[in-house]
Amino acid sequence: MFLGRVIGRLVAAVVTPGMEGIPLLWVQPLDKHSRPSGAAFVCADGTRMAGPGELVYWEASREAALTLDPSFVPVDHAVVGLVNDVQLDEEPADRWPAASAAVRAATAGASPASAPAPAPAPRRRRKP
Amino acid sequence: MILARVAGRVTSTIHHPSMDGRALLVLDKLGADGRVSGGYLIAVDAAGAGPGQVVLVLDEGNGARQILGGVDLPIRSVVVGIVDDIG
Repeated sequence: MFLGRVIGRLVAAVVTPGMEGIPLLWVQPLDKHSRPSGAAFVCADGTRMAGPGELVYWEASREAALTLDPSFVPVDHAVVGLVNDVQLDEEPADRWPAASAAVRAATAGASPASAPAPAPAPRRRRKP
Repeated sequence: MILARVAGRVTSTIHHPSMDGRALLVLDKLGADGRVSGGYLIAVDAAGAGPGQVVLVLDEGNGARQILGGVDLPIRSVVVGIVDDIG
């Protein structure tokens, strides 16, 4: 699922059978900081309560249609819920806590040279 | 499955009934070097993951429904494990 902002409501007089009565919203996808990211698309409204200006989370693919009843409908994006709040933690500068030397060596060229080396994390290993 | 790091939480009061009681996490996808690769996703937490933890994420609907126990859940991404070490 991803964040999105409802930027409009759609009215379609002619729709394929099965899609009658499904509320359609125009949604701008957002990054995790709620900044616009990518092209807008049309979502079915699985909550039936979303409206323009609302911060929502949406699902794509087959799972989108499962917000609807009946769910065998030609829908590929749907709003699953309205977002009250997105709480983001501070971004850590290190890599994953205990990346092995092999992983680090294999990917050494992929990371910027200025990046700090990860502190050796204390590891508990089960002795055989 | 993919690796990601817990970057935050999403709270939602009004949602599809199938989302009742489910914790939603904001996850940063990790690249092969263990760093955040730029992408993110919002996933249902089935593992009890905490802030900053590296997690295993299933991003496929059938498996998600199998784990969460429902035939018509509109959920594709589920946190299915917490990673201790990558050897």
